[in-house]
Amino acid sequence: MKTILKKLIALIITLFMVSVLAFLAFQIIPGDPTTKMLGTEATPDAIAALRSELGLDRPVMTRYFDWLGSFLSGDMGISYSYRTPVGEMIAQKLPVTALLTLLSFLFTVGLSIPLGTLAGSVRSKLLDRCITVTDQILMSVPPFFLGILACYLCGIVLKLFTPGGYVSLENDFWGCVGYLVFPALSIAIPRAAMTVKMLRSSIYKELRQDYVRTAQSRGAGRWSILFRHVLKNALIPVITFLAVSMAEILTGSIIVEQVFTVPGIGRLLLASIGSRDFPVVQAIVVLLATWIVVVNYLADLLNLLVDPRIRRK
Amino acid sequence: MKKGNFFLYTGAVIVCIVLLLVIVGFFWTPYSTTEMDGSNKTQPPSISHLLGTDNFGRDIFSRVLEGAGTSCLVAVSVIAIGCGLGIVIGGLCGYYGGLPDLLLTRICDAITAFPSILLALVILSLLDNGMVNIILVLGLLFVPSFARVVRAEFSRCRGLNYVKSVRLMGAGDLRIMVFHILPNTRQVLMPALAIGFNNAILSEASMSFLGLGIQPPNASLGSMLSDSQIYLQSAPWYALGVGGVMVLLILGFGLMTEGLQRYGERD
Repeated sequence: MKTILKKLIALIITLFMVSVLAFLAFQIIPGDPTTKMLGTEATPDAIAALRSELGLDRPVMTRYFDWLGSFLSGDMGISYSYRTPVGEMIAQKLPVTALLTLLSFLFTVGLSIPLGTLAGSVRSKLLDRCITVTDQILMSVPPFFLGILACYLCGIVLKLFTPGGYVSLENDFWGCVGYLVFPALSIAIPRAAMTVKMLRSSIYKELRQDYVRTAQSRGAGRWSILFRHVLKNALIPVITFLAVSMAEILTGSIIVEQVFTVPGIGRLLLASIGSRDFPVVQAIVVLLATWIVVVNYLADLLNLLVDPRIRRK
Repeated sequence: MKKGNFFLYTGAVIVCIVLLLVIVGFFWTPYSTTEMDGSNKTQPPSISHLLGTDNFGRDIFSRVLEGAGTSCLVAVSVIAIGCGLGIVIGGLCGYYGGLPDLLLTRICDAITAFPSILLALVILSLLDNGMVNIILVLGLLFVPSFARVVRAEFSRCRGLNYVKSVRLMGAGDLRIMVFHILPNTRQVLMPALAIGFNNAILSEASMSFLGLGIQPPNASLGSMLSDSQIYLQSAPWYALGVGGVMVLLILGFGLMTEGLQRYGERD
């Protein structure tokens, strides 16, 4: 309980630092947003009016706490380009990215745990090499290239889906899921390959522990040892790894959204970076960073939960 | 054959072949990378054009060589910055310890908690993009991964008998660090370098793919892959050729890492 509390305090401090950094980073960028909004030929009066409208004429500290306060209450500012609330823009795009991340995560778990267990129980040297090389090849394909391959193979050659023909989430939920299967697999396959590698080496290490020999001398069969004893221990580091990889999967989905033209957070982020629409960029960055910090915290907790040895320490 | 060497050798062979081609590509390419040939638009791969031609009739093999050259150049520079600073910071922290060590370790932990691509994306969105900026940003983001392994090695070696003995013989801190401890870090530094190179290629490719890295007229594997996407229907070999080289590079370094790690585990 004490550890959880300690980690919670660390989490809050980290989140606070993230917010300060995210706020300051967007303060020091060269170029005044007002010139961007009004054009270079704006009158000084108009600029001053807009500056006070946006609150840019107040001291940095006041602005930080105002920003933090309104951010926590859900008001993330006004987009420079669209003059609409950033919160609404993000809320519109969030479900798609969340669905894509969730699907990718499910694929990663669903592919890696059975395959990793299978790979870990292999004893032939040749087969071991084949598995390692295949695994390395799959790990080496960047998600966006895998996405392009999927577009070409499944989209253009096999015509399983139309690349770029995104089905809106609101109109047709299952159609949308069907479209997102391909980007989700592009993200999940390299991740799953990494997890397989990890689970395999974890099982390899566990199989050499004393308790395995004890179980063998009691007459327990190979599969019974693997599933009843080894797998439980071998999965501990893998569960943590999978939890942490939620962060990587989200980053992956930002890039893969570009390949499949999925209108999610990633596309919004890149479009906003392109048009220098900083309130949107800032809000997305803070949200993503919060997600990553929280996921890492939950992974720590999960680690405590599944491994009693750490709790006792 | 020693355990682990199969992967090390296979990886090294792949990396050497690609790097050799890249180095040749710096001085000579089969065709000009910019010259357009209207009569040879989107030709599939053949003897005269190994990877076919693109929508302007340019030879894709020559362009891939050039792009891979840019990518490798960026990756090498990123690793040089990351590894150089990482050794200095990690070495000093591990050797002296104390409050600065604690502080820097925490900062490194905080940086590594975030996916480097996301951080680079945000920083580059604030700066102007361009080759120098992407090298600087990625280089700095790669410091923690090297600092961490070097720090662990330095803080382990600090108390070992051989270090105590050279200290008794009158060697100064700097001499101990550079001549006595640093050579011992190669066991952990080699896999870190291979992983780092891998990540550098991947990060640069991702950034350029998103249009935030290398800008035209320069081309890297990432930006070319992004271009090739438009011609997926008419010239699929473009994307396959560019992506294939990228996968080969990453695979080569990945296999080398695997080999080095297994080699280390053996001891």
